[in-house]
Amino acid sequence: MKRHLISAADLTRDDAVLILDTAEEMARIADRPIKKLPTLRGRTICNLFFEDSTRTRISFEAAEKRLSADVINFAAKGSSVSKGESLKDTAQTLEAMGVDAVVIRHSASGAPYRLATSGWIDAPVINAGDGTHQHPTQALLDAFTMRRRLVGKDALGQDLAGRRVTIVGDVLHSRVARSNVDLLHTLGAEVTLVAPPTLVPVGVEQWPCEVSYSLDEVLPKSDAVMMLRVQRERMNAAFFPTEREYSRRYGLDGVRMARMPEHAIVMHPGPMVRGMEITAEVADSDRCTVVEQVANGVSIRMAVLYLLLGGSEPAVTTPSSPRTEESK
Amino acid sequence: MSKILIRGAKVLGGEPQDVLIEGEKIAAVGAGLPAEGAQVIEAEGRILLPGLVDLHTHLREPGREDSETVLTGTRAAASGGYTAVFAMANTFPVADTAGVVEQVYRLGQEHGYCDVQPIGAVTVGLEGKKLSELGAMHDSAARVTVFSDDGKCVDDAVIMRRALEYVKAFGGVIAQHAQEPRLTEGAQMNEGIVSAELGLGGWPAVAEESVIARDVLLAEHVGSRVHICHLSTAGSVEIVRWAKSRGIDVTAEVTPHHLLLTDELVRTYNPVYKVNPPLRTEADVLALREALADGTIDIVATDHAPHPHEDKDCEWAAAAMGMVGLETALAVVQQTMVETGLLDWAGVAERMSFAPARIGGLSHHGRPVSAGEPANLVLVDTSYRGVVDPAHFASRSRNTPYEGRELPGRVTHTFLRGRATVVDGKLA
Repeated sequence: MKRHLISAADLTRDDAVLILDTAEEMARIADRPIKKLPTLRGRTICNLFFEDSTRTRISFEAAEKRLSADVINFAAKGSSVSKGESLKDTAQTLEAMGVDAVVIRHSASGAPYRLATSGWIDAPVINAGDGTHQHPTQALLDAFTMRRRLVGKDALGQDLAGRRVTIVGDVLHSRVARSNVDLLHTLGAEVTLVAPPTLVPVGVEQWPCEVSYSLDEVLPKSDAVMMLRVQRERMNAAFFPTEREYSRRYGLDGVRMARMPEHAIVMHPGPMVRGMEITAEVADSDRCTVVEQVANGVSIRMAVLYLLLGGSEPAVTTPSSPRTEESK
Repeated sequence: MSKILIRGAKVLGGEPQDVLIEGEKIAAVGAGLPAEGAQVIEAEGRILLPGLVDLHTHLREPGREDSETVLTGTRAAASGGYTAVFAMANTFPVADTAGVVEQVYRLGQEHGYCDVQPIGAVTVGLEGKKLSELGAMHDSAARVTVFSDDGKCVDDAVIMRRALEYVKAFGGVIAQHAQEPRLTEGAQMNEGIVSAELGLGGWPAVAEESVIARDVLLAEHVGSRVHICHLSTAGSVEIVRWAKSRGIDVTAEVTPHHLLLTDELVRTYNPVYKVNPPLRTEADVLALREALADGTIDIVATDHAPHPHEDKDCEWAAAAMGMVGLETALAVVQQTMVETGLLDWAGVAERMSFAPARIGGLSHHGRPVSAGEPANLVLVDTSYRGVVDPAHFASRSRNTPYEGRELPGRVTHTFLRGRATVVDGKLA
């Protein structure tokens, strides 16, 4: 693995499978009475959030604490520019305080890449979502969820070859979609994007996926359907006429869900806009993995932090713990 | 009267000749000119061109002296072989009054490195709503003939039409920054394959092309001439080619960076590649080179846009748009146009000196290298190969996309009315 985690596209198949396998190990910790490993004791991780986020920040924080790291939360609302201090100065200030890794969320696409490659700081950088670019740990937790549900919990070493994943919604503005397309392709899945043409980026034809404008045609051929959040404000910029029309054409309701194969799951990165892209009936059904995804997010982030920062010690000291030698 | 003999230079790339400068003028051009009383510059193998003229420079003074001043900008211009630059109007305050343009003009005269011809704003405050006092700027000491809201597009069709018509009274020209504002809200880079992947707001080619199409039709309708700034797409080339074939009085410029760089560089998220209009695709670059060679695009203009370090040492979205270009323009043109066989040195002289002076109405620049003409000249060592090191720039700013890149050619001497502003590659 590389030193940083900036983009899902940077991960090889083996990298990704290693993270998923490590996350399985981490998930077992959650079942213990004491949910804590000493792995990152004495290491300091800063969660540098330039953009509002509750669930992602809490998820990282939970992961860091379960690995016994010291955690600093830095929430800088608004852009670095409006705040007056530059991203560079903020990052250098944190590093001067002895931060061993930076988890960054930023509204500007490429900000984590800049942080990792401009020589501003030396610490590993983990992208927790940048603009409309990438959100690699989200893609990893989604892949983890799919592997568990579609392949099985004992799927160590396996990828998602041949699984058909449909991603529905505002692809244009979605870092979740970009990350998932990259990672799912790497893991051998077949991805189809479904959206109104206004919400598909120009240039999508180069992505390793299919594009469809018809949800109904794609649903029967899907093993997993991932619904993206659609912001209501988008209709003000003429991306679609009204909420109602969007829901009718691209929303997932019970009738549509019934057209999916029986084993197929419904996913959502959250936060859901109930009544917009997903009805309550679907969101609350057994096929919907939203809550599971949140739980899996902690395991995935533990795995990523462990693999980027951890030493040669096994993540979990059980005889079966896999491939820790590769985890440096 | 001082005498300088440039011996054995290939004038406009032709046969080696001697050029004798006396005072402010070229006294003689020919073989074996006598050297008595003259300082001799041995120039065998070098190319002698008329002093370059840049129709599109941002000197930043008044207002942003932290990025450039008339002094540092004209020193950069002289280093790059320029003897005249047109200073864009987007200063603070905006050059929309006779007072501001006269100030900029006088600063250029005082420093003496390069003539500075101010460009006046088309509309008050570059706001696109109300015409500036175009006539007053023309009648001022600065004799403004080129007007532009560069940085912003004159997007209101009626304002554009009126401006095109109005400046006919004194032979003015409107230089349009073609960018449909609604299509480029939040735009960060060329819209296409790379922007889709990087998640940066797309800047579609059509935002430029639609404005150019409208403006050439307006120019035809009212019988005016129009100049298109920094044309950047293959589609824009097609529109200008069509307009010229119809006899529409349109001229166009291309920047050096659009002749060399593509949007693939944005993958680095390094804002040194952030520029307006954005870097486009390889196909666009090739179309621009071809258009410059066949005359569809008339000139090379730098769009020299200095920015302080902190405005580029940040995340992409927060960074300023623009690149410095005066000190690397000729080298980029040598690499992309001459060494590719698309243009000879006479062609370079046409596109970087004669034509820009003609479009901008400068009578003492862009003149033939012959006896009796003003001695505005640049001597180029085209065999030189070097790596661009911004630490050596005369410009106050360092935001070059070419740092560390090998570029051919070097300006060894620049003469402004017979006075050397650059000697042996160093500012005099």
